Amino acid sequence: MSDVISSSNSRAIGGITSNRPVLAIEGLTVSFDGFKAVDNLNLYVDRNEVRVVIGPNGAGKTTVLDLICGKTAATSGSIRFNEIELTKMREHEIVRAGVGRKFQTPSIYESLSVFENLEMSFPRGRMVLGALTFKRSPDVVERVEKVAQEIFLADLLHQQADLLSHGQKQWLEIGMLLMQEPELLMLDEPVAGMSVSEREKTAELLGRISQGRSVVVIEHDMEFVKSIAHKVTVLHQGKILAEGSMESVQSNPKVIEVYLGH
Amino acid sequence: MNAAMQKLLGGRAGAINLALLAGLLLVVFPLLLEPFRLNLMGKYLSYAFVAVGLVLCWGYGGILSLGQGVFFGIGGYCMAMFLKLEASDPVSTKIQTTPGIPDFMDWNQITSLPLLWQPFQSFAFTLAAVILAPTLFALLIGNAMFKRRVGDVYFSIVTQAIAAILTILIIGQQGLTGGVNGITDLKTLLGWDIRSDSARMILYFVNAGLLLGCILFGKYILSSKLGRLLMAMRDKEERVRFSGYDVASFKIFVFCVAAAFSAIGGAMFTLQVGFMSPSFVGIVPSIEMVIFAAVGGRMSLLGAVYGTLLVNLGKTYFSETFPELWLFLMGGLFIAVVMYFPNGLAGVVDTQGRRLLQAIKRRREVKPKPAPAAAAVRPEPHRTVTGLEATK
Repeated sequence: MSDVISSSNSRAIGGITSNRPVLAIEGLTVSFDGFKAVDNLNLYVDRNEVRVVIGPNGAGKTTVLDLICGKTAATSGSIRFNEIELTKMREHEIVRAGVGRKFQTPSIYESLSVFENLEMSFPRGRMVLGALTFKRSPDVVERVEKVAQEIFLADLLHQQADLLSHGQKQWLEIGMLLMQEPELLMLDEPVAGMSVSEREKTAELLGRISQGRSVVVIEHDMEFVKSIAHKVTVLHQGKILAEGSMESVQSNPKVIEVYLGH
Repeated sequence: MNAAMQKLLGGRAGAINLALLAGLLLVVFPLLLEPFRLNLMGKYLSYAFVAVGLVLCWGYGGILSLGQGVFFGIGGYCMAMFLKLEASDPVSTKIQTTPGIPDFMDWNQITSLPLLWQPFQSFAFTLAAVILAPTLFALLIGNAMFKRRVGDVYFSIVTQAIAAILTILIIGQQGLTGGVNGITDLKTLLGWDIRSDSARMILYFVNAGLLLGCILFGKYILSSKLGRLLMAMRDKEERVRFSGYDVASFKIFVFCVAAAFSAIGGAMFTLQVGFMSPSFVGIVPSIEMVIFAAVGGRMSLLGAVYGTLLVNLGKTYFSETFPELWLFLMGGLFIAVVMYFPNGLAGVVDTQGRRLLQAIKRRREVKPKPAPAAAAVRPEPHRTVTGLEATK
């Protein structure tokens, strides 16, 4: 996993943006009892890109994330991440390859403290024996504190996680992903249920953490989408309806008809 | 006390609780109880191994196994096979058609020692088999179940089925296993008569020592990152999986540890009670063992020991006085624990203890007064480390 990251970093540092996308989805189809939730989808995400996927309910947005991270098995098609085929890999292997995923509802360990939540995602001691002998060494503490700083939870490190507010839980889950240093970060509705000020902070957070990695976000809040997206993909009935800049998508009559409304 | 010890024991409170239990098992019981009662206590404590294992795999791992009797039984049978072979020397079995084989084999027209039994002539092999056979079996079950993500209630049902199958197998293969009677008339261990009072006393101490060792090992697991991972998995299994962990491997590990603990208990049971039979393998004893852990508190390794002792003392008392009532009481007890004390004795003592501590803090002149003398009659309530404290 570490050499995957370092090789990508060296490419980025070299200043030459590789033409190869980080994530290349081609001909991806998944059908549930004949219903095609995702239908022959092609999607490419570039290095350092923030891509927002929008679309009406049931368009297949979350299913696409599920397919990428291995939660759902594809019926056909391919998902290539840094030239690695993900469709045949198991979930934890995909994570170790550098893909992090945040769920729609905050998914954190409520009985553990904020510190322990973050520590849990530190990429060491991931096997049985490693976990038995894992030591909270200074580099772990340092990294946890750094990430906590980033996600606005530095003062709440020893708070039990179920006492956090909804927005803080969302941030904590993002922080847990950051601990893994993923090259591709996938966030499913990160600002759902957040207050206006929390949304602004989250947008700022996303801006910061998208440096040096690619981010795929599913979101309904158009103001928020506008503030973060480099490129927007509109999904409808498992297919891509439109793709491009926020402005071009917003003025696309097809998109207005099925999603954005009058 | 250095930091690692502190973490292992769960701080000062954890160390005191462990010392209290050790004192009860190693000093109070042997001093107060006559040999017969002490041996009985040793038998109960051999069940406590299973309960301690269940705290790890059910309380923390969220894996409710209703078939721990299987592992208790395998451990017990391994030990019983060795002891039976020793008891079946050609001289004492000379009236049999085939001298030198266990009596029940002779009754079943078996004329030579079956292949399965041959390695159990070696004590070293037996000791290894006591631990390894159930652990490997648990590994097999765990691999088959957890890799396929069979969980929750389905897993519980499968473990029940395995317990039922093993019981039927043991009873059916009479010539190989002694059938429904089990393996009886065990006399000596490497020439040492295990039926004498002094031998039983020594076995009691070995048993208590091993139990405390298992508790310490359990504490070590729970205080490690693996322990926190188990709790995290109970909260949000998907999150753990998508943080790069192979969730199944941790479940398999903790299930195997619980199996190994149970097997040690089974072997110690055989040594102390002098026989092993299928009635300790099946569904009913397996569920009883879950009740021990539930009553003690499924999140407390120490609580499991007290729960086991309490339920068994109750069982002995009530089944002597009102035999027909016992099963109802047992059922009622389980329902009451689930409904009103989800954290069992340990949970009650924990909250009461905290209240007491606060009262003490308010009125400083009042001193806490533990009363270990009452412990022989009824296990002393103790303040137990809850899951959260154990991980700090």
